[in-house]
Amino acid sequence: MPERADALIRVTIDGHSVEVKAGTTVVAALAMPTVRATRTSVSGEPRAALCGMGICQECRVTIDGRAHALACQALCRDGQIIQTTGPR
Amino acid sequence: MNQHYDIVVAGAGPAGLDAAHAAARAGARVALLDDNPRVGGQVWRQGPGYAPQAPLRAVHAALQANPNVTLCSSARVIAPLAARALLLESAEHGGICVSYGQLILATGAHERLLPFAGWTLPGVTGAGGLQALIKGGMPVRGERVVIAGSGPLLLAALASARAAGAQVVAVVEQAPAVALARFAASLAATPAKLLQAVQLTRGFAGLRYWTDSVVRSARGAGRVEEVCIMRGNRAVTLACERIACGYGLVPNVTLARALGCEISASGAIVVDDAQRTSVEGVLAAGECTGIGGVELARVEGEIAGWVASGAMRNLGGLRAQRSHWQRFARRVASAFALREAACAIPPADTLLCRCEDVTIGDVSVHADWRDAKLHTRCGMGACQGRICGTAASAYFGWSAAQPRPPFHPARIGTLMAACEHDAARAG
Repeated sequence: MPERADALIRVTIDGHSVEVKAGTTVVAALAMPTVRATRTSVSGEPRAALCGMGICQECRVTIDGRAHALACQALCRDGQIIQTTGPR
Repeated sequence: MNQHYDIVVAGAGPAGLDAAHAAARAGARVALLDDNPRVGGQVWRQGPGYAPQAPLRAVHAALQANPNVTLCSSARVIAPLAARALLLESAEHGGICVSYGQLILATGAHERLLPFAGWTLPGVTGAGGLQALIKGGMPVRGERVVIAGSGPLLLAALASARAAGAQVVAVVEQAPAVALARFAASLAATPAKLLQAVQLTRGFAGLRYWTDSVVRSARGAGRVEEVCIMRGNRAVTLACERIACGYGLVPNVTLARALGCEISASGAIVVDDAQRTSVEGVLAAGECTGIGGVELARVEGEIAGWVASGAMRNLGGLRAQRSHWQRFARRVASAFALREAACAIPPADTLLCRCEDVTIGDVSVHADWRDAKLHTRCGMGACQGRICGTAASAYFGWSAAQPRPPFHPARIGTLMAACEHDAARAG
C-alpha cells in the first residue's frame, strides 16, 4: 500500500478544500469540521450518513463526477472532487 | 469481463475470510468479494489510526500469499445470473460476471434501525454505524454522544467513541437490568467475553448506563441538539451532538433470497451442519445465518470453506467450537430480546421510509407491506426497504419484501456486462 498511516491528502467538498488522513472514508471527510448533509430528501430535509456500512443509501454523493456513490464505502484520494446535494 | 472460480465467497468479514482461507488451503481457486474498499467486515474494520487487528492481519496475509485467491474489493453483487454466476459492479473494473462451482454467502448483517421522532436529523446514526464512521476517520473529539438501542454492540460503540475523544453522555439500553445481570453472570462460561466486556466498558466507571430505557425523540435545528429518553415512565432530556442508536443486528439475506435459499422465521439463512443452504452449490456462514458474533462466524466460515472445497476432513473439533459459540449467541439473544418499549410505534408523523419520506401514519393504515408499498412508495427508494422494511417488521410484524435485482443502483455498463455474459453462453 502506498499510503502511509500519517500521510495527509486533500479533497474538495462542494468547492472547499479539506485535508484528511490517507485512508479516510469520504463520509468521514464530509463530517469535517461538523455534521454536514450529504443529500436533500424528497421533502427537502437535510440528510447525512445513517448506517455507515453501505445499506441505507443516505450518504450518496457525487465523487469525481460519478453520481450516487456511497460515501461510506469510498476512500478519499488526493485531488478527489466530492459534491453533496444537501440543502444550500 | 467473465471469470470463473471453483469457489466464490461473497463477503470479506471474519466468516468470508476464514472460508476463503480454508478453501484455498484445500487447493480450490477462490474469489473473495466485498463491497467495501478494505477487507475485515464490520467487526475488523480498519481505517486511519485503526491498523488491522492481529487476527485480520494473519488471515489477510495468508490470503494475499496464496496464488489460489483473488481478492475483489469495492465489488458489489448486483444480481445473480443464470447457471451459477453473479453480476458484479467493481469500482475498478466496472461490470464483471463471475461464475462459480460453489458459492459461500458470508454477507454479514446490518443494524436494526428503528425510527423515533427526529431520527432523520443529521447526527443520528446507528450504534455500529457511529463506530464505522469513527474508524473511517470521522472526528468526534469533544462531541457529546448518546449511544442507544440494544445489545453488546453498544459497548463496542462506547469504547470506540471514548477512544476517539467523544464524551459519551449516556448508554441507553432497552433491556431490563435483571436480564443483563443474568447475562453478565453467564459470561463465566466464556471468560474471553467477560474480559472483553470489562475492557470495553472500563468497568462502567463514570458511565451512565441506563437499562429499561429507550430514545423517544431527537430535536435540533438542522442537526441533533438534544435527545429525549424514556427511563421507564420518566422522560429525561440530554444535550448532545450525536445519537447513535441501533437495536441489534439483522442478517443480510438479499442475495440468499434471490438465489432461492430457505430463510428462517427469524430472517436468517437456513444451513445444515455442514453450512450448506437449501440450494445445491450454495453454502452460508457467519451472521447471515444468524447473529452470533465473530468467533462463531469464523468457525462457520472455516467449516464452509472445507466443505465447499470437497476436502475430506474431520470437522468434529470445529463443530464443537461452533456449538459452544451458538450457545453464547442464544444467551445474547435472550438477554437483549426487544421489549415492548423498543417496539412501540412512534408518533404518526414520524418518517418510516427515509428514501421516499413516507410517515408511519401513512404506512400503518395498510394491511401489509405490499399494500403499503403500492399506495405510499415506502420501501421503493434507493435502499429498497432495507431500513424501513426492518422497522415495519418490528412494528407491524410484516414480512417485508426483499430487494430485487439490481440489488443496488448500478451503471448501465454493468448491466450490459450481464448481456454479454448471456450472449457468450448462448453462443
